[in-house]
Amino acid sequence: MNIVVLLKQTPDTESVIRIAKDGRTVATEGIKWIINPYDEFAVEAALRLREQHSGQVTIVSWGPQRVVESVRTALAMGADSGVLIDDDALAESDSLGVARALAAAVKELAPDVILCGSRAVDYDLGQRGPMVADLLGLPHLALAVAIQSDGSKITVDRPIEGGKVTVEADLPAVVTLGGSHAVWNPRYASLPGIMKAKKKPLAMKKLVDLGLNPDDCGGGAAKIHITSLEMPAERAPGRIVNGGLDAAGKAKELVRLLHEEARLI
Amino acid sequence: MSKCVCVIGEFRAGNFRRVSFEAASEGRRVAQALGAKLCAIAVGSGVAEKAAELGDYGVDKLYVADDPALEYYVGATYVPLIADIIRKCDPALVILPASVDGKDLGARLAAQLQTGLAQDCTEIRVEAGVIKAKRPIFAGKCFAWCEWKGNAVPVISCRPNVMDCLVAGEGRKPEIETVAVSLPAANSRVIGLDVDTSGKVELTEAEIIVSGGRGMKGPENYAMIEELAKILGAAVGASRAAVDAGWRPHSDQVGQTGKVVNPNLYIAVGISGAIQHLAGMGSSKTIVAVNKDADAPIFSKADYGIVEDLFSFVPMFTEEVRILKSTCS
Repeated sequence: MNIVVLLKQTPDTESVIRIAKDGRTVATEGIKWIINPYDEFAVEAALRLREQHSGQVTIVSWGPQRVVESVRTALAMGADSGVLIDDDALAESDSLGVARALAAAVKELAPDVILCGSRAVDYDLGQRGPMVADLLGLPHLALAVAIQSDGSKITVDRPIEGGKVTVEADLPAVVTLGGSHAVWNPRYASLPGIMKAKKKPLAMKKLVDLGLNPDDCGGGAAKIHITSLEMPAERAPGRIVNGGLDAAGKAKELVRLLHEEARLI
Repeated sequence: MSKCVCVIGEFRAGNFRRVSFEAASEGRRVAQALGAKLCAIAVGSGVAEKAAELGDYGVDKLYVADDPALEYYVGATYVPLIADIIRKCDPALVILPASVDGKDLGARLAAQLQTGLAQDCTEIRVEAGVIKAKRPIFAGKCFAWCEWKGNAVPVISCRPNVMDCLVAGEGRKPEIETVAVSLPAANSRVIGLDVDTSGKVELTEAEIIVSGGRGMKGPENYAMIEELAKILGAAVGASRAAVDAGWRPHSDQVGQTGKVVNPNLYIAVGISGAIQHLAGMGSSKTIVAVNKDADAPIFSKADYGIVEDLFSFVPMFTEEVRILKSTCS
């Protein structure tokens, strides 16, 4: 089974986010970069599929040279090879522009299964998987929390509001991963894995190498852009319910506050 | 028809989901700001007889596609059908719910229509005829204002529980167009549907959430949280620590890897308030925190803080709520 994982590098979820001087990007000084957790789940799911069906796992990513480290981490987890689309034209791309680049890279690899996170913990655009699927004319199964395949079809469980659906698609197909660390429990890179990863093939590509015109993927082609960022409104300072009350008194007082003041219960 | 605002409803198991009405209400407001008409798209099995409910939000024209094969959302069937309707009504913008299915639909529509999607928006503005959408990034640690370039048609999905629902019933009858459904050979299909009919409230759509964290000490202690939630008509949430420990299902997880929620009332019990949890619930309208550690970061977000041992406080609080509810009803 030939599997591709579309991987994005994002700031660590522990990061404090600050707005850069331009007012429309996030300041990246001091940021620790990680594999987007949902894409890490995708790497884990890909490795499990390969364990069952044998085959190859290829990581496809995009971004500047700092992304090499995240691709190498996925290789150290056990993926076989990587492709990094490092092209300055992608710096100002919108989702569709990035999806065009990824779709072109995926097409060259002709995979059976394409996996990626349902979202990334940075801009939470939620578009990479479904857009790549649409551009390649493939089915897309979203928000998988369990994946099974017999080699010709793929089946996923997917939570919906107030329930669960089981969806099946013919291969090739795109599956985007939901769930959490507790669901996927992605493996750590072992020391031998890290040593091996250094020698695994990692191809650097420009958009022209993928047969693309940078003008069709870059900022010039973007349909949507961010004009400004703003921090969430500061919450009014709260209060500690105290007043010399014991626990029972605080319970009574909290109910009173929620009922009479906040009018929520 | 002149330029319109086009809203897509979400119909499941015989009913429109509430997010449909939130999207329609926002559509109505934007249409008024633009001086445009409001179109709505209703797709589903048995949707024709309920379509008027969506029409009631001041819709001028309603497109109805009703077919048993549209019982549940599948991209392969829904996307081409809805994309065709959108091309026909040639809208100034498209608004849909940022539900589980809506996020997939929106992204695929944007690819089909070669345009840009702003996902999970919390506000839409029209300034001097220009459409702007505000959306959370980094799980709400920051917000981005987006605009569209040239003649790209904005596609905007609205976060559940944010947009105010207008009161339905303007008494206006929309023009109804029945859309012929011809389904392509689908390369994907639903093979199982398990909808919880217990009335459990979905986290992202809940008005009140009671959440438990590491301070709960074990899965058995969540009975306390569930009891309080039941009396309040609330959904139950959990921190990542509680989910990673296997105490609660992942579907309960609130935070940057998990669900971003914005209820009217969020009660955090035994949650210290790691930055990625605060990101997931920080936009809740009112926050209550119960924690015995007075220095816990959660108190910096809390409107009402209770520094007490949760095991003694929560049962007392539950009892007081019970008394209030019994005297009020």
